[in-house]
Amino acid sequence: MILRLIERTGVFLVSLAVSSVLVFAFMAVLPGDPARVALGVNASDQAVAELRQQFGLDRPLPTQYFDWLGGLLHGDLGTSYVSKVAIGPQVFDRLQVTLWLVVAGMIIALVIAVPAGTVMAARHRKVSGLALSAVSQVGVAVPAFLAGILLIVVFAVKLGWLPANGWTPPAQDPGMFLKQLILPALSLGLVQGAVLTRYVRSAVLDVLREDYLRTARAKGLRPFQALWRHGLRNAAVPVVTVLGLQLATLLIGAVVVERVFVIPGLGSLLLDGVSNRDLLLVQDVVMVLVLAVLLVNFIVDVLYVALDPRLRTAS
Amino acid sequence: MSNVLTVRGLSVKVRDTELVSDVDLTVGAGERVGLIGESGSGKSLTALSVIGLLPEDVYAAGSVRLDGVDHELIGADERRMSQVRGRDIAMVFQEPMTALNPTMRIGDQVAEAVLIHKTKPKSAARAAAAELLDRVQLPTDTLRAYPHQLSGGQRQRVVLALALANDPSLLICDEPTTALDVTVQALVLDLIVRGVMDRSSALLFITHDLAVVATVCERVLVMYGGRVVESGPVTDVFTRPRHRYTEGLLAASDLDTTSRRLTTIPGNVPPAGRFPSGCVFRTRCAYATALCEESPPWSGDEAQGFACHHPAGVADA
Repeated sequence: MILRLIERTGVFLVSLAVSSVLVFAFMAVLPGDPARVALGVNASDQAVAELRQQFGLDRPLPTQYFDWLGGLLHGDLGTSYVSKVAIGPQVFDRLQVTLWLVVAGMIIALVIAVPAGTVMAARHRKVSGLALSAVSQVGVAVPAFLAGILLIVVFAVKLGWLPANGWTPPAQDPGMFLKQLILPALSLGLVQGAVLTRYVRSAVLDVLREDYLRTARAKGLRPFQALWRHGLRNAAVPVVTVLGLQLATLLIGAVVVERVFVIPGLGSLLLDGVSNRDLLLVQDVVMVLVLAVLLVNFIVDVLYVALDPRLRTAS
Repeated sequence: MSNVLTVRGLSVKVRDTELVSDVDLTVGAGERVGLIGESGSGKSLTALSVIGLLPEDVYAAGSVRLDGVDHELIGADERRMSQVRGRDIAMVFQEPMTALNPTMRIGDQVAEAVLIHKTKPKSAARAAAAELLDRVQLPTDTLRAYPHQLSGGQRQRVVLALALANDPSLLICDEPTTALDVTVQALVLDLIVRGVMDRSSALLFITHDLAVVATVCERVLVMYGGRVVESGPVTDVFTRPRHRYTEGLLAASDLDTTSRRLTTIPGNVPPAGRFPSGCVFRTRCAYATALCEESPPWSGDEAQGFACHHPAGVADA
């Protein structure tokens, strides 16, 4: 088990290192000189050269890479070429906002998918199961931003129950924070929940056909008890895989949903960075997103081992 | 001798196809009864009807009564059946590799069998599990193992241990050794026989292996085409078969034959629902006549008899 964990940690660190090279290289080959962009088209060549030196852009690429990486490892994300402001604190603030969205969205997705998927599987030949299937099928087809706009129209504009947009940190006003969190989290969570429901359904259907469930019933467990005690943990293994992939999708979905709800999250920061040609900022935000996705994958790997004892030997 | 299990007029249907027809079967207290036949003869469905675990869309009709249970088992609701399963009737299945939950420790799975029916206090469940494993000759550290750490034979012993956890009055074994290596078959069979004898449990043992029936069972029922075609004490049926199907089955299993070719029963078992009217065996029987288009009546009594118009062994009867 320990070996397996060391192995997964190794994979995580190597992927992180490789992706940092890729992110850096991708930004480096993009046309356009950050110093020229920062100073505008009318700046003199000398001014641009001075700024390049100031940013360290005149140094060889490997040096720049290791400088950037060294900074990252110390939590220093550098200074924006455009606004001349330290990037680290901005990213950190925005990350907290996005994390709230993603975590709330995931919880909503799970709260919908686990019961609905299980009921759909257990009643897959009954009307109730088929009806739920149809509803989830519709949910799968709706993109998150459209769900967001629909939710705003219904709950904010027509009914006036919740604010249409904005963001308040939880420490400042918890009530307002929750009110403003509900709609964006729902627009992320409903769609992901519909997708996840399909996976939970098929995982539970597979488990229902397993021999050990028949053994459990032969012991004297009723069908639902047998599924609960012996089925769910086994069904969780494939569901966790999908959950990991979905968290990555949620991060990307958050970028769009933050725009719709005017929320100052990481997604908005990224889009601002792109439109301002703030290359280092974009590079840092992308790296943080990559780190988040890799971290999720690592956690999924660890969860596998926790869920399935058969995986507790190193491969 | 009172009967533990009494099955009357059992039929099993999937949609409009009848897979098991009009089966009568009794098992006495502590008696070991074998149910033999080829695949598709309906022996497993008969057993699953008794314990009420038929697959979806498969329905049983008729009567199944168990001594000590005051209600009919066919059509009983889940709540009542779940109290009977594992306490009064237990079952060991064919495939040990997949019969145990891969994510739960063996000890917990065995202890659960005791805890579900509250036959022992919670504090004693662990010790009970250890004792049950000891009785199938598995060491105590098996309690902490996961199924994937055990061999097929060891897993089948675990399944046997949890089936016998509550001293059921009837144990059903559905081909329990078919999936095992020959070397461990004998041990598992021995543990099954010893397990039921120690507890005075009755045994309904399903197999296609005649040699196994001969070592394990006292009485045997031969099934073909969803019907019981012959029954009687093992020694009688195996030495003086009356039904022509039993005769063919025995000839096919006879390894002492001096001829080089293996004896077979001509033709194949027809697919479900395609059995002929009248005697179900007549399309493969060398002795069949026009008379066989009518269903043969049962000759003999409950304990011993056959259903054949042209029985074997008439000359010396």
